[in-house]
Amino acid sequence: MTPLLFTVLVFAISVSAGLLGSLLGLGGGIIVVPALTLLLHIDIRFAIGASIVSVIATSSGAAAAYVRDGMTNLRVAMYLEMGTTAGALSGAYLAGVIPVRSLYVIFGVVMGYSALAMFRKRHAELALAVVPADGLADRLALHSSYVDEAAGREIEYRVTGSRIGMGLMYVAGVVSGLLGIGSGALKVPAMDLAMRLPIKVSTATSNFMIGVTAAASAGVYFARGQVDPFVAGPVAMGVLTGALGGSKLLGRLQSSLIRKVFVAVLLWVSLEMLLKGVR
Amino acid sequence: MSREMSREAAAPADAVASPGGADQDEKVRKVELAISSLLRIGVLSSLLIVLAGTVVTFVHHPHYLSNRHDLGPLTKPGAEFPHTLGSLVQGLQHGQGRAIVMAGLLLLIATPVMRVAFSVLAFVYQHDRVFVVITSIVLTLLLVSFVLGRGGG
Repeated sequence: MTPLLFTVLVFAISVSAGLLGSLLGLGGGIIVVPALTLLLHIDIRFAIGASIVSVIATSSGAAAAYVRDGMTNLRVAMYLEMGTTAGALSGAYLAGVIPVRSLYVIFGVVMGYSALAMFRKRHAELALAVVPADGLADRLALHSSYVDEAAGREIEYRVTGSRIGMGLMYVAGVVSGLLGIGSGALKVPAMDLAMRLPIKVSTATSNFMIGVTAAASAGVYFARGQVDPFVAGPVAMGVLTGALGGSKLLGRLQSSLIRKVFVAVLLWVSLEMLLKGVR
Repeated sequence: MSREMSREAAAPADAVASPGGADQDEKVRKVELAISSLLRIGVLSSLLIVLAGTVVTFVHHPHYLSNRHDLGPLTKPGAEFPHTLGSLVQGLQHGQGRAIVMAGLLLLIATPVMRVAFSVLAFVYQHDRVFVVITSIVLTLLLVSFVLGRGGG
């Protein structure tokens, strides 16, 4: 393969990863890493280095559009980022201690669980109007509203479970720091199921937070020499392009459709992870 | 019992009477738009720099278009590319394509960090002391992670 063909292929794969990633609130790293290593036989360390950059690209690219459209809950995002960055720090530290093999297994189990939990709620189109009272969420004024294009009206929602949410975000941050991914797959269910944010707000807010989580680990990967510009360059360009397209689609899609696609992707990835850990 | 009641009474009041009312909402909207354009500018400029660097790489090495043996040294372990700020600056001075790509990637990495720094200022502007503290904690953790990365890397 010539370097030119390589660049074009990596770019094309990354466009699809960015599109899917921004629709699902994932960083796209989960798609980029297996594609680069399995299809193009790139060293896993370079794939992860490119992935972490693509994670930032997806997050920032899509987040710009979501924030402008008022889909992102900025206050929830800033509050939860304390958990994700602290987690990413711990994860970067733990990376040298925990065997990667058992990580894959933990990751697979957690993802499988979130997929099943979301599947049980697959018919819910809008968030429930009544949520348990949460004093901390009141004090931080986390409640908000967004305009749902598919439903054609503004939907108000209240936030709950702000403490459990923070704990789950810490875990998501640890996973992100350890595996070099954005771990949006853990962030979306935490906000959707534990904090009762509407799925579209969860997706948009997750996208917004992923960049900060990934930035916490990206410097380490750069210093270690895992960010190869010849790999990460086309990945970043492709993922950015895909993410910008995906964020335009999200407002128009039905929430229940997003949820079903999300569940399928989660199950597939969790199976891949388990296999990698057990083999 | 009375605590429960006061909490229920306080919740809707909080939601309606965000201090300053419509004025505050307008401020929030302004901040949202500013953050959106900050992210957009960071992302688009890094995209352009990466693209320019890629073009320069292929212009400097026209054999990359046809020679299939060139790929290995670029993407296999041991491939040479700048991964310290010093070597990056050196590469840029020589107009090296891959150094330009790397500069674009670093700008991309810096974009979320700049966003958090901007958020601290935005909450100061909104006189929201609790969130000034919250975002400052996030910014501190991010900066600590970069320092730790250099030490551990």
